[in-house]
Amino acid sequence: MAKKRLPPAAAEPEIVAGNGLLHRRALLGRGILIAGAAATGLAACATNAAAEPLTEGPWSLKVGSVIPPYQTPSRFEAHVVRTQDNPDGVPRNSRARTPHHLLKGIITPNGLHFTICHGGVPDIDPAQHRLAIHGLVKRPLVWNLEDLERYPMVSRIGFVECGGNSAPLFSNEPLQENVQALHGLSSCSEWSGVMLSTLLEETGIDPKAKWMIAEGADSPRLSRSVPVAKGLDDAMIALYQNGERIQPGQGYPMRLWLPGYEGNMNVKYVRRIKLTEQPAMSYYESRTYSQILPNGKAYRFYFLQEVKSFITSPSHGLHLKGPGIYEITGVAYSGTGRIRKVLISADGGQSWGEAALQDPVLPKAFTRFRMAWKWNGGPAILQSRAFDESGTFQPTRAQFTALRGQTSKPPAVTDFPSQHFNAITSWGVNAKGEVTHVYA
Amino acid sequence: MSMPRLPLLAGVAGFGFVAVTAAAETPNLGKPLSPADIAPWDITIMPDGTGLPAGSGTPAQGAPIFAAKCSACHGDKGTGGIAAPVTPYAPKATLDGGKTIANFWPYATTIFDFVRRAMPYNAPHSLKDDEVYALTAYLLNLNRLIGDNDVMNKDTLPKVKMPNRDNFIIRFPERI
Repeated sequence: MAKKRLPPAAAEPEIVAGNGLLHRRALLGRGILIAGAAATGLAACATNAAAEPLTEGPWSLKVGSVIPPYQTPSRFEAHVVRTQDNPDGVPRNSRARTPHHLLKGIITPNGLHFTICHGGVPDIDPAQHRLAIHGLVKRPLVWNLEDLERYPMVSRIGFVECGGNSAPLFSNEPLQENVQALHGLSSCSEWSGVMLSTLLEETGIDPKAKWMIAEGADSPRLSRSVPVAKGLDDAMIALYQNGERIQPGQGYPMRLWLPGYEGNMNVKYVRRIKLTEQPAMSYYESRTYSQILPNGKAYRFYFLQEVKSFITSPSHGLHLKGPGIYEITGVAYSGTGRIRKVLISADGGQSWGEAALQDPVLPKAFTRFRMAWKWNGGPAILQSRAFDESGTFQPTRAQFTALRGQTSKPPAVTDFPSQHFNAITSWGVNAKGEVTHVYA
Repeated sequence: MSMPRLPLLAGVAGFGFVAVTAAAETPNLGKPLSPADIAPWDITIMPDGTGLPAGSGTPAQGAPIFAAKCSACHGDKGTGGIAAPVTPYAPKATLDGGKTIANFWPYATTIFDFVRRAMPYNAPHSLKDDEVYALTAYLLNLNRLIGDNDVMNKDTLPKVKMPNRDNFIIRFPERI
């Protein structure tokens, strides 16, 4: 890829790629400018307009409210919510998507973690919930929640992503939808719980066992077959999410967490794990989460959520208020491990500069990237391209669809033409500063 | 899709294991579970028919059950409702849609498994085994995969030849 390096001018940040991408040193050296732009919702740039007079707000002239037992966001943040695709509870599956464009950092607040339920959110009494492990084990065993609380626990930050996240990008034409609609079925939390390997050590494993069939206590008894190898590697019976009990939408009181693997396999409300020689070919693995290919065949057991990134700001729906310095930021993640680097382009992939990765950079977790950009007021196409430590990196959308196909006409944004889309997302900026979804 | 595909994945995936096993000093609180204990929950049907219960059903027996308990969402004779059609409405599945039992589902046993565990949507797991066999027979017959008078039971259901069975590619065989 062409990487254009220009010598830094005396008082100007170093340009590292075409159309105004600045060296990541600019994030440090010019921090005040960038912070100013971010704080006003991309409205302000380095202008010298006179400041408005500073005044006392009414909140500064009276005593505030009683501290509530459980704090929720300010009433001024009421717009920071998930989108519901089945708000009336029609008898079908339902989804709520994470508003990435309104969040920063790498942890998704619990109330904003994406949720998909195939039979509504169950109301499970934790005292009556049980976890059974049976099948090809030496000792079939059952635990209750109180039992599991006594076990050694592990905490780990990691993402969960629906296999169908980003599916609108299989559309043959770019859908004019925001990052929440396009990529909102992916979130990242700190999960705490008991490693499944700890429990399997107690049951013992028959050497013939190659699969484990995990099943939930929800109304569809959602069931997925998982290789035992994954169960012994890094699978967790997760009980806590960001420090508190996992939410009902995430599997309260417990879920199977398979770091880096397709969301649907991370069985919520898990109550039974059966070790077997063969997979069950359940509805969700043999039908729903098998991906049709252009040649008429279909992928099965994709499992892995491959390396991906998307820019959350600026992104579709945001409006740049004038030329100047902006921060390009977003998240990158890979089901194989850590993100090694993220490249940014402001000219549709003709040239690339390397973004700064915010610590911590954790395996199978969101990694926040940032880059300073001096918008000259002209057209731009913003792209991010993530590379992971295994050496894999995001394909272009053209490369991706050549192998995986696309629709013949634009689908509804809530449709899932296929799954496991991980190609580059492009945001177009026009001379008015409007940001749209484009293919480039 | 990744570019390029590398053979290093197993090595990376195996990294977490050592740390986990080293921590396993467990309190041994799991309680023994007999086959009779687990039976009410052990509803998995395998593609070879393992797990299928006694009982049987025919398409004719399934039709009135479908009309009474399924058509409200799936439509009359399985088309035109708010839920996924269950009739062979599309000749083949593409990215524009159209996964059907006839053109996509690789195993007939999955119908029994899913209907018994998850359906009807508003009264899941309420059907008797004979009703599930009858509905399975009705759906297979609507999809022209069995004859009008074929009986579905634990011996016949796994033998139903599904047209798309051999059309699948394991995405990452090294992860299984």
